[in-house]
Amino acid sequence: MSRYAPIFWLVIFLTVPLWLKDQYFLHVLIITGIFIIAAMSLNLLLGFTGQLSLGHIAFFGIGAYASSLTSVGFDVELFGVVRVVHKPWPAVAGLIIGTALAGFCGFLIGKLSFKVRGAYFIIVTLSFAEVTRLVALNWVELTQGPMAINNVPPFTVGLPGLGYVALWNKAYYYYLVLFIAILAYILIARLVGSRIGRAMVALKENESLAVSIGIDVTRYLILGAVVSAALAGAAGSLYAHYVKIIDPDVFHFMYTVTMIIMVITGGKGTLAGPIVGGLIFGFLPVAVRSFASPEVQWMIYGVFMIIIVFVLPQGIVPAVTQWIESFRSRPPNDTGPALASLATSRKED
Amino acid sequence: MGQASTNKQALSLEHVSVNFGGLRAIADVSFEVQDGEVVGLIGPNGAGKTTAFNLITGFVRAFAGNILYHGTQLNGLRPHEIAALGLVRTFQRTSVFPNNTVFENALIGLHRRGRSTLWDTILALPRERTSEKELADEAWDILRTVGLDMRASEPAGSLPYGEQRLVGVALALAAKPSMLLLDEPVSGMNASETVKFMKLIEAIRARGMTILLVEHDMRMVMGVSDRVVVLNHGQIIAEGTPAVVQRNPEVVQAYLGRGAARA
Ligand SMILES: Nc1ncnc2c1ncn2[C@@H]1O[C@H](COP(=O)(O)OP(=O)(O)OP(=O)(O)O)[C@@H](O)[C@H]1O
Ligand SMILES: [Mg+2]
Repeated sequence: MSRYAPIFWLVIFLTVPLWLKDQYFLHVLIITGIFIIAAMSLNLLLGFTGQLSLGHIAFFGIGAYASSLTSVGFDVELFGVVRVVHKPWPAVAGLIIGTALAGFCGFLIGKLSFKVRGAYFIIVTLSFAEVTRLVALNWVELTQGPMAINNVPPFTVGLPGLGYVALWNKAYYYYLVLFIAILAYILIARLVGSRIGRAMVALKENESLAVSIGIDVTRYLILGAVVSAALAGAAGSLYAHYVKIIDPDVFHFMYTVTMIIMVITGGKGTLAGPIVGGLIFGFLPVAVRSFASPEVQWMIYGVFMIIIVFVLPQGIVPAVTQWIESFRSRPPNDTGPALASLATSRKED
Repeated sequence: MGQASTNKQALSLEHVSVNFGGLRAIADVSFEVQDGEVVGLIGPNGAGKTTAFNLITGFVRAFAGNILYHGTQLNGLRPHEIAALGLVRTFQRTSVFPNNTVFENALIGLHRRGRSTLWDTILALPRERTSEKELADEAWDILRTVGLDMRASEPAGSLPYGEQRLVGVALALAAKPSMLLLDEPVSGMNASETVKFMKLIEAIRARGMTILLVEHDMRMVMGVSDRVVVLNHGQIIAEGTPAVVQRNPEVVQAYLGRGAARA
């Protein structure tokens, strides 16, 4: 039965623009979808390799800026000697370059910090996000600094019979985001469900044990960082071409926090977790904004998250999965989990 | 077993020392293990046995001396590189992934045996599936070997302690070592489990695997080892067949403490 669940949800998501005519809701859904892609990418690192990227928004922002600049063009002088002029390219090229550049930055960050990981990785990613923000703010010639890059062009697709169509239309854009989200989901699902994913989980659970059986931990951490950063970059690109204007505020720390909240409440280390958490925290603002000021909204999210984490420490998806399984299998067997936790705690020595 | 002289040298430590700050945990230790041999490494608590394992498998660095495996210098190699050379150890404490099932533990251990590449995985190419199928078959083989196939779908952390030790051995065996280093594998096992485990060791060695065994259960070590090396305060104080070592007064003294050497 659960085999058909993905197909069921796919049909729901595919038909949304057919029954959801409210443009505002569609807009929220698009932004939410973009953040879900970013949250999925964060989850690959946090949930499977166990590394917290506290500057994950940097990869998102790099994707956004690289994609915007590729499609808007620029004219800069490097070190006062070389003049680099770039003529505008189509937005799709921006998406590819933004994704690749973010992935490359993920590679560098991974190389740099996984030598000494854990807390070190958190600090390196956090500082990296601040550095990228400062670059975006101060390299005015390239990024327009606080004046923002305006008029970021939309994606265009060649449709048979129609020629090239710009994706101004929200329904079209929704499908583009959905398409990238599905690709990201499949990519992550394949990695995680393979021996690569087992290696990642092994190093998260017990690094010494993982290396003792010959797993090259650094390799899988870097792979995780590259894929994660690239997907965040793709989400950033989608964001830039959707909102059409990009400024250094895109690097705001709150965005990283939002992604982490989505992953943790939904259930880190599960495939559906970031989607569930993303939908909740994507639509919560809509639910509360009619009666709460922005500051109060943040407090509501905080309280909401604390409640979820308190009641369901593993997150929503694992809790629901367990709940369903307890229904399906065997009559009441309360001693099982208790004994299990006993055995694990005893083994700590 | 007598034919040691005809065998090839597998592991050798040459004048190796390890320091932890001021503490000399391993002091100028030299010993060898031949291919196919089962060697017991014993000594009182804190003697440096686990440190010796950490040293051989690349978890701590030698302050001085050489470590060779089949002629390859191990000094400076990282743990996963040493595992790739065929030297795989278990841990005295946690040697399983407790939140994964017993079957998944075996699969994780089989990591290096997978043949699929990154692209096979991402694009779901046929080789991904055949490789995964092979790994699953091998995982079942290993679980049957150690007698855990009935436990395959249970979380490793929920098993009784003795069986968790077996999972640890299965995990190590899955990495297909040519030499296995076991750190107190029967601690936490009851008498009948221990007897079964001794049979398992015989079965493993029958496949030609070399074994270095740290264990406090004297009946067990003396029962399965061809040769025993005794460490005390980081130094080798005796070496020889179980019968000889057991009668060595220095060994008896090390175990019973000062003033009890009359035994
Ligand atoms: N990482 C470390 N840092 C500092 N000291 C250490 C470290 N590892 C071990 N030691 C010390 O080195 C000495 C040898 O310890 P080791 O764990 O090798 O003993 P052992 O023979 O395995 O003992 P046991 O039988 O209790 O397992 C001990 O004094 C221990 O405290
Ligand atoms: Mg020890």
